[in-house]
Amino acid sequence: MQENGHERGRKRGGDDIAAEETQEELVKAIVGMEEEKALALAEGLLEGGADPMQVLSLCRRAMEAVGEGFERGEMFLPDLIMSGEILSGISELIKPRIKDEGEPERLGRVLMGTVEGDIHDIGKNIVVFMLDVNGFEVVDLGVDVPPRVFVEKISELKPDVLGLSCLLTLAYEAMKRTVEAVEEAGLRTAVKIMVGGGTVDEQVREYVGADAFGADAVEAVSLAKAWVGR
Amino acid sequence: MEASQKDLFHQRIERVNAAIALRKPDRVPMFLSLGLFPARYAGITYQEAFYNQESWLAANRKVVEDYQPDLYFQPGAAVITGGAVHDHLQTRLLKLPGRELGPDVPFQFVEGEYMTAEEYDAFLDDPSDFAIRVYTPRIFGALEGLAMLPPLKSMVMGYVGATMVGMLTLPPLAEALRAVAEAAAESMRWTAGYMEFEARMNERGFPAFSTAITLAPFDVISDMLRGMRGAMLDMYRCPDKLIAAQEKLLPLLIEAAVTQAKMSGNPRVFIPMHRGADGFMSLEQFDRFYWPCFRDLVESLIHADLVPCPFFEGSYDLRMHYLAKLPPGRIMGIFDRSDLFKAKKTIGEVMCIAGDMPLSLLQTGTAEQVREYARRLIDEVGRDGGFIMCSNTVLDEADPELVRAWVDFTFEYGTYG
Repeated sequence: MQENGHERGRKRGGDDIAAEETQEELVKAIVGMEEEKALALAEGLLEGGADPMQVLSLCRRAMEAVGEGFERGEMFLPDLIMSGEILSGISELIKPRIKDEGEPERLGRVLMGTVEGDIHDIGKNIVVFMLDVNGFEVVDLGVDVPPRVFVEKISELKPDVLGLSCLLTLAYEAMKRTVEAVEEAGLRTAVKIMVGGGTVDEQVREYVGADAFGADAVEAVSLAKAWVGR
Repeated sequence: MEASQKDLFHQRIERVNAAIALRKPDRVPMFLSLGLFPARYAGITYQEAFYNQESWLAANRKVVEDYQPDLYFQPGAAVITGGAVHDHLQTRLLKLPGRELGPDVPFQFVEGEYMTAEEYDAFLDDPSDFAIRVYTPRIFGALEGLAMLPPLKSMVMGYVGATMVGMLTLPPLAEALRAVAEAAAESMRWTAGYMEFEARMNERGFPAFSTAITLAPFDVISDMLRGMRGAMLDMYRCPDKLIAAQEKLLPLLIEAAVTQAKMSGNPRVFIPMHRGADGFMSLEQFDRFYWPCFRDLVESLIHADLVPCPFFEGSYDLRMHYLAKLPPGRIMGIFDRSDLFKAKKTIGEVMCIAGDMPLSLLQTGTAEQVREYARRLIDEVGRDGGFIMCSNTVLDEADPELVRAWVDFTFEYGTYG
């Protein structure tokens, strides 16, 4: 492009405003679950030379807004899944353009898993999502996790919080065994344990010997925040 | 049928029917949502329940005769068919005790994306063809050969279709057909066993909760075809197809329920609901994607003189005003975590309310806690009738002593003066 300095400066000013508008539009598109629009805007920004890390932070801002919408009961599971899908689409665009700059500092570390004998993961995955957008580092051990694995991972990763999930009533026993195994390994005071999922309630919390019960992902986040002093 | 037992059968049915019609029976009806509870109660493993129908039915009979409920959950709800059927078919969407799981772990459902978003068109064009040539080979390992069948609609070409029969000699197809024949014989044995059981229990005075089972159209897509994640993404990416597929399924789901119910003579149709609950979608999404076909299903069953019995799994607190729009006095709604004490006001004059008795108490509580909660349910939800005592989920691992305390208390305290 043949432009003199002055014009270029003025033009850049216009571009900056345009870019800023595009950035806001990107956040809005993600929060509004407009997948194609969000991907096109992200691609446009990156092609236009935007800093990939900045695009990533826009995504994080959008995901925080989705998380807040979920907390307020204005957004639901399909929104979490769809926004996650858009985010991974944008991440694919960003990945080839950045060097790994390391994880940003997190509030604390949470170890999550569905206990032994149970393969249900919907509730657990919502909790993982919400903890993540609220600034926690979450290590998800998946489903059907034996007590031994929880104990090994606690020793290895030293999480602040252990989150145990289940749907089946059978799994109350596995939750109890898991808490007992943590106790026997001498790690019980090193970690706070929260339970939730399916028909778990205060009664079950007491039965399995956990520190707290969370009725939903929002409560799980509050519990974890309180425990790490936030 | 001996006179006294026949009387008992009618008394129990009367009690249940009065509650469903929103009237006051002589006392609160007791419904035991047994699940796999009979296995532990009678000292057999879950594996045996799935692989030995005789012991499974004996266990169920023992529970029903010991607790004397007004309705018992039919044994074919927990063990839909024998484990051997799934062995023959190599069923991939179930994990069974004694097969993939330990002998005392309840069966688990393996959800997956068994139909891709791109396949909606094939499904909409011809659901039967899609089911047999695409879906079935994916969910049953032994039926992979069916994928080699020519399009089923080519059979309309009259006697020319006869040439296609030769295809069935291809080894994978021949093997698939052999597996179907073996599974069919075994499955029929289980079905006959269940029918015989229900007939015998009727004679002994105990009505089964339901024989017929059907599903909400959205749940078929979410549970069985697209998976939860897939169906949720479809709400944004191909909403029209998600709705069209439900509309395609609806007549089939109605017909299946009506046929089963009419065959058995039991009018109650169990509809376990999974993905319409609060949190699984927004109210607008519920209004658009879940409710219309579910409502049509319920109303069609009522129209066929049947009693829809939806199990509202999870919480429906945010959706009670929808439920309130259903035809009054014709539905038995079973609830899991909804707040029934509040719901009574919204839907108490629309449907008979059952459920809510927490398994957490029946499994880990004390007899006093169990009685206390049951008292509150009877006082606050059951006071004016239209109420059936039932747990918030299947009794699988409940403590038999606590179940005893709960049942005895309901019989004693639940009488209407």
